Amino acid sequence: MSESDVTRKGVEGARPGREALTGARAGRRRRRRGRGEQPVVPDARFSSYYGKPVLNKPTWKPLDIAGYLYLGGLAGGASLLAAGAHATGRPDLARVTKLGAAGAITVSLGALVHDLGRPARFINMLRVVKPTSPMNMGSWLLAGYAPLTMAAAAADVAGRYRLVGAGATAAAAALGPAVATYTAVLLSDTAVPSWHEGYRELPFVFAGSGASAAAGLALAFVPAAQAGPARRMAVLGAALELGAFQLMKRHIGLAAEPFEQGRPHKLLRAAEMLTAGGAALAAYAGAGAGPRAGWRGRAPAVAAGLALLTGSAALRFGVFHAGVHSAEDPKYTVVPQRERMRARAG
Amino acid sequence: MTEGKTTAVNAAGGDPPPSRKLFSGPQPNVAQAAGYPDAPPRMGFFTDTSVCIGCKACEVACKEWNSVPEDGLELTGMSYDNTQGLGADTWRHVAFIEQRKPLGGQEPGVDHSGFDVFEAARNLGSSPASPGPGATAPSPESAPAGAPAGSISPVSPDGRTELRWLMSSDVCKHCTHAACLDVCPTGALFRTEFGTVVVQEDVCNGCGYCVPACPYGVIDQRKEDGRVWKCTLCYDRLGVGMEPACAKSCPTDSIQFGPLEELRERAAARVAQLHAAGVTDARLYGESPDDGVGGDGAFFLLLDEPEVYGLPPDPVVTTRDLPAMWKHAAMAAASLAALGFASFVRRPR
Ligand code: SF4
Repeated sequence: MSESDVTRKGVEGARPGREALTGARAGRRRRRRGRGEQPVVPDARFSSYYGKPVLNKPTWKPLDIAGYLYLGGLAGGASLLAAGAHATGRPDLARVTKLGAAGAITVSLGALVHDLGRPARFINMLRVVKPTSPMNMGSWLLAGYAPLTMAAAAADVAGRYRLVGAGATAAAAALGPAVATYTAVLLSDTAVPSWHEGYRELPFVFAGSGASAAAGLALAFVPAAQAGPARRMAVLGAALELGAFQLMKRHIGLAAEPFEQGRPHKLLRAAEMLTAGGAALAAYAGAGAGPRAGWRGRAPAVAAGLALLTGSAALRFGVFHAGVHSAEDPKYTVVPQRERMRARAG
Repeated sequence: MTEGKTTAVNAAGGDPPPSRKLFSGPQPNVAQAAGYPDAPPRMGFFTDTSVCIGCKACEVACKEWNSVPEDGLELTGMSYDNTQGLGADTWRHVAFIEQRKPLGGQEPGVDHSGFDVFEAARNLGSSPASPGPGATAPSPESAPAGAPAGSISPVSPDGRTELRWLMSSDVCKHCTHAACLDVCPTGALFRTEFGTVVVQEDVCNGCGYCVPACPYGVIDQRKEDGRVWKCTLCYDRLGVGMEPACAKSCPTDSIQFGPLEELRERAAARVAQLHAAGVTDARLYGESPDDGVGGDGAFFLLLDEPEVYGLPPDPVVTTRDLPAMWKHAAMAAASLAALGFASFVRRPR
């Protein structure tokens, strides 16, 4: 490490740019916030090029891509509920989740195309089959999955072509979990520290988040008598999401820090509270789900549903922004790599 | 170009020759692994920053030759470097660093005190050691022998020369295992027969996936058209046997172009020479095939830690972990399916 810098005695404090350090401790520094949280790792000293990022940060528009992740999870989870409802004879639950899956995946494809800039550009994705590109695999997955959800929903609404509808529902449920989890690979297969380091747990976080969102959709729109599976899915999904996320933050060292700071932190706190609260409320609504009818009896379930839907969205946005932040600060690139080298050197 | 495209499709998609394209680690013949049975030797850059004078001729030549648009005229106020970094419209970037360190480290370690420049100018082009206009990098044999140790400028008594400038011309590394190429969903990025990595702008659909995938922060999106751009190692010039524009324009031969094998030998000799001259800071960056990206096609001789130049100290191609990522995603998908199933199982009353 060098202890060099560009300041000279006389001009210190003259202009921020003049103070840029090229040597040690040149990284941006932030005060840690939070209620007595212990730092994941001690503040590290490191060199950088005037505090400039090493990586080029993702160019994706947050609304498009975080929305794409969220809606993919929602659709995938909804397809599971739809198949279960279809098989166990819960027509209202089936109707809502089939429509939900088809609607969510349509909007999600729309978001992707919006981010690409031109619809025709999506077609370029299907010009090769390339397992090393999660985005290519995802495009093929969606190209198969989206029509299935639409067929399932159309058959349900029309009340005809029952066999086709049943087949499409089952096939969509088979692909649904992959649609919900592949997006984690999409984020992890980058050099972005906070996304890459979490590649083991992130798919589970997204799986849980997709399940809780789908459950939320059902809770909000399906009468209590048929919403039993949704309530269970809400609790299980929330547990998976929150548990896997805690595990992830514990495993990834310095890369966990961006999740605990600034806007990502706020979003993820909100996600945690909404998801946990929504799941608890769903369980309560289940316990009290008796013959009470009308909006008053449905209120807890609707509130739970909305909380779960919002919580899942907040999680995706939080994860997205945390990753962008980890790419913007050279600290998260340089320090772990230095540590790795030191460990290797023994 | 057309030929490159078709082959690229075969190499990237379809069925690549079984198990020859590796995800990480040394890969002796990248072009062959990418589907070129009889490829020319792998070409690359060796950027020797110890002789860089920061003139930015490379930046300008690159822009001119490749018609790269203007990338913002701003003064950063942080140093003489107003280019700041590589991006869609900056394919060569000269980093500029000022340090409180003895001047010596900056010198090539060769004593020039007895050197008559006018004499040298008169002799230009008359001997292989002083090539005239149009010549390219000197061959390794003609490189000067190790300079005597201790020929480094001393620090003046009042200590005022305890300051040095580091300059380094950064560029796409043309990784052996290029994350940008691996993650590109359209096959727009492809491996050329020279082992370099090039974007086909007519195929790029602007998804931007390669941008955060690159461990060096090289490739970036052009705001106006949404597509991505980066150094092509002057694929068009290579095709007709010319050296890339930046190397051609470099007045000090800080940027050397040639077959990678030869460049590695030249670089090893240069480091030894500098170490012998007491420049212990000198080190190679990106030349080892054992590093996280399987070695760079464009590697560097640096005089300080890589991060001082804005380079990652230990980059790893993200796709090294991709098999594990797919495995975890599959397990998560199975868990989700099980979770969905469990939601419908009635609890026994
Ligand atoms: S340095 Fe970046 S842009 Fe260049 S080949 Fe490697 S991954 Fe691709």
